[in-house]
Amino acid sequence: MATATKEKSVQWEPADIKAKLLEKYPPKVARRRAKQIMINEAQQNETPSLTANVRTIPGIITMRGCTYAGCKGVILGPTRDIVNITHGPIGCGFYSWLTRRNQTDAGADGDNFMPYCFSTDMQEQDIIFGGEKKLAAAIQEAYDLFHPKSIAVFATCPVGLIGDDIHTVTANMKEKLGDCNVYAFSCEGYKGVSQSAGHHIANNQVFRHIVGENDEEKPGKYKINLLGEYNIGGDGFEIDRIFAKCGITCISTFSGNSTYDQFASSHTADLNAVMCHRSINYVADMMETKYGIPWIKVNFIGAKSTAKSLRKIAEYFGEKELIDKVEEVIAEEMPEVEAALADITPRTTGKTAMLFVGGSRAHHYQDLFSEMEMKTISAGYEFAHQDDYEGRQVLPNIKLDADSRNIEELEVTADEKRYKPRKSDKELAALAKKGYRFKDYDGLAPDMDKGTLIIDDLNQYEADKLVELMKPDIFCAGIKEKYSIQKLGVPMKQLHSYDSGGPYAGFKGAINFYKEIDRLVNSKVWGYMKAPWQENPQLSASYNWE
Amino acid sequence: MLLRHTPEEVSERKALTINPAKTCQPIGAMYASLGVHGCLPHSHGSQGCCAYHRSTLTRHYKEPIPAGTSSFTEGASVFGGQANLLQAINNIFTVYNPEVVAVHTTCLSETIGDDLPQIKKKAEKEGKLPEGKYMISASTPSYAGSHVTGFASMVKSMAMMAEPTGKKNGKINVIPGWVEPADMEEIKRLTGLIGVKTILFPDTSGVLNGPLSGEYTMFPEGGTTMAELKSTGDSTGTLALGEWCSADAARELDSKHKVPCSVLDMPFGLAATDRFIDALRTLAGVTIPDEIAKERGQLVDMISDMHQYLYGKKVALVGDPDQLIAMTEFLVSLDMKPVHIVTGTPGKKFEKRIREITAEAGFEVNVKAKGDMFLLHQWIKNEPVDVLIGNSYCKYIARDEDVPYVRWGFPILDRQGHQYFPTVGYKGGLRLLEKILGVLLDRLDRDAPEEKFELVL
Repeated sequence: MATATKEKSVQWEPADIKAKLLEKYPPKVARRRAKQIMINEAQQNETPSLTANVRTIPGIITMRGCTYAGCKGVILGPTRDIVNITHGPIGCGFYSWLTRRNQTDAGADGDNFMPYCFSTDMQEQDIIFGGEKKLAAAIQEAYDLFHPKSIAVFATCPVGLIGDDIHTVTANMKEKLGDCNVYAFSCEGYKGVSQSAGHHIANNQVFRHIVGENDEEKPGKYKINLLGEYNIGGDGFEIDRIFAKCGITCISTFSGNSTYDQFASSHTADLNAVMCHRSINYVADMMETKYGIPWIKVNFIGAKSTAKSLRKIAEYFGEKELIDKVEEVIAEEMPEVEAALADITPRTTGKTAMLFVGGSRAHHYQDLFSEMEMKTISAGYEFAHQDDYEGRQVLPNIKLDADSRNIEELEVTADEKRYKPRKSDKELAALAKKGYRFKDYDGLAPDMDKGTLIIDDLNQYEADKLVELMKPDIFCAGIKEKYSIQKLGVPMKQLHSYDSGGPYAGFKGAINFYKEIDRLVNSKVWGYMKAPWQENPQLSASYNWE
Repeated sequence: MLLRHTPEEVSERKALTINPAKTCQPIGAMYASLGVHGCLPHSHGSQGCCAYHRSTLTRHYKEPIPAGTSSFTEGASVFGGQANLLQAINNIFTVYNPEVVAVHTTCLSETIGDDLPQIKKKAEKEGKLPEGKYMISASTPSYAGSHVTGFASMVKSMAMMAEPTGKKNGKINVIPGWVEPADMEEIKRLTGLIGVKTILFPDTSGVLNGPLSGEYTMFPEGGTTMAELKSTGDSTGTLALGEWCSADAARELDSKHKVPCSVLDMPFGLAATDRFIDALRTLAGVTIPDEIAKERGQLVDMISDMHQYLYGKKVALVGDPDQLIAMTEFLVSLDMKPVHIVTGTPGKKFEKRIREITAEAGFEVNVKAKGDMFLLHQWIKNEPVDVLIGNSYCKYIARDEDVPYVRWGFPILDRQGHQYFPTVGYKGGLRLLEKILGVLLDRLDRDAPEEKFELVL
């Protein structure tokens, strides 16, 4: 039975903690896990020193989900006007139905299929005789009922095993229907080692089937795409508010609050700003090669990070009008942020956090904690790759294993008509000289203190052990982890799909986050765990008038 | 409107399910497994299944849901999952050390044809399943039946653990079906009051409604023990509550070990609870204490007190067969009109039972097994109702159509209470009435013009 008490252990040695995490494992498991637990040296290496994006160990209660979840749930889930049909038995479609807190604003009469769940609900005879006919019929029925502009099909595990050719079915239906773009994702749950493979598969098909479909010039100046932002709890709405205030035109968001047409027009933007590096860098790379749109890494989690990212976008366009406007907006937004911090930091300073989320979130949210003078003592990702930990400079030295090699890499070349370099070589050189970095991400490790623990694919046993040993003031992960941590008396905040609240992005989001963390770490409830007779079990009678 | 694309006109769909009124088998097996003491559920498939089931159960209970997965990769999917499961069993008993591991299959492992009993033998032979520890298993292909079927299969696997000694234990097996931990607790309270010794399985009370105490234990004190499961073969008889959820397990004990079984409806509402209590009485040969008759009388009293607000009100229902059958009977007994009834779970008997229950009531009923919530919504558009009863997904219909709505069923993702307050038995009937009356009277108050707004209702 694990217990975490409120008293802090005075000192912990990272090497001891690591040893404790590993001691109960069978030797083979311990050897594998040892490579995924790193005592941070906060250096930038050329060769990755932490193992990531490797198979989950069977029987070790993992936080990870599957490829289907990464593809249908994460990337395509937030796009409101595509009818997403899950081809498979009922479960996968059911569980990914409205369970992520992606908000969307379809207006009073815009298309919005997000409150719906569409499935072919494959039965035994479909598994035995094949489900292609049923899939074609389901697409036809969806079309007849809704006349959507696009229908997407997602494969679940048995579909790949029985060999349904979903791509031919969708291509035929696209031709038959005429005014509806129909395509499929081979995102069977057993592919890859985590959700990450699903992101890649989603990126490939969105790029192949949708991006570039609409050449119409959109109005507005300073056109960007925001990649890897999913509008959880309204994050994207807050970022859109800030963009609008600055005069930045967001052509598309991949994929929070998005529409089919945003993806179709995304090649008309002049810059790709990448939030979640893990889930979406493939599209950024491919758009650069095919259309000449450069990409930069941004982060709108944290008020200072938001200001920094806005300045980075303004510097790219290099026009005084935008640079001044961005400064004006920052100056206008920051006082409220600073006032909130002044109120809250006396109660949060020196407190400690652990973050085990996502492929970027365990990094991004550290900015918010450090704004509150809280220290991240251990962090890691659920489904990231080595470059997300140690920076893109390790990319050439990552050895691809069989699981990664099975995920398709699209071969992309420059589009004959549409490729257009957004900056001249001279302009790029001038930006580089000022220290401007394109296509760059340093990862999480350099931003964490020396001696902190970086742990990839943390599992339930290690999570409970870490909390028991290091007693953080707050632990951040996902829904499956929430209640075992809280039973230990440590507040838990979900940072994949927030458990409640939001937005936490941008300036107003930062304030919401400070308040939320203040609420959690200072809640009275953690003091109620023991009844008076448990706190003080001795029976010493005394008269209360004495 | 959130479900703005749902047309009023009902058209036939042969291939496309929209807004399902069911989910897949494995989650039912996982929920059932949590009702065995010291049991770690294990999902034999790719890890997404396990993640989805754990997430859904966690959201429903706001409690930790531990479960392992075989984490299939492409290789395992081609060559079979035996190596993954053997490794998983070894890791599970080394790291978490449960009493029992309850393995269920998924559509993936079923499609490739993994044989769990054979893998279990291999695990025993290789010493990966330690002496004195247990593995139970159920075949739960997601492409057949529903979550209810998976639950029933795992409960049947529990019954298969029976090891009769030849000496009767003087107990009655009660198989409660897929009800909440609070309901299982209530059934135990009732049988305790009556003075009947029972083995209740599965039993998630004490597992999925645990306290916050600063301690976390993966295996809390609740749950049916392996010793109890073994002893089910020595019991006087079995009461299976719900044909879909519990009958298979009861019939297993009946046919294999001659433990006679009766299959009853789930004890929701007055008449079904009456039958349950009376069956206990006759099977155990006991007299029902006055306390129970008083509880019954209280429910009858509330029905008579508030009948004017219930009479003739139309209800739409969606959920699982066993629950819906009992609920329909309860509503009809209140003189309400359950006019639209949908389950996603297949079963021709369901439609037949519902038609029998509503036959005398004098209204047309729309009923469908293997239906979905899209169809239910269309029916409501065509014939509006006064109350909608179902899981959390109903809130979208309730909001669009402005219908008073009672959350009841699985999953409930946006309200609390189901793990603490029962809806079975007479007390549970009072709670159901309270909930139904609450939404009806709130609506009356909301819509009453100022001159007709009243203090006393």
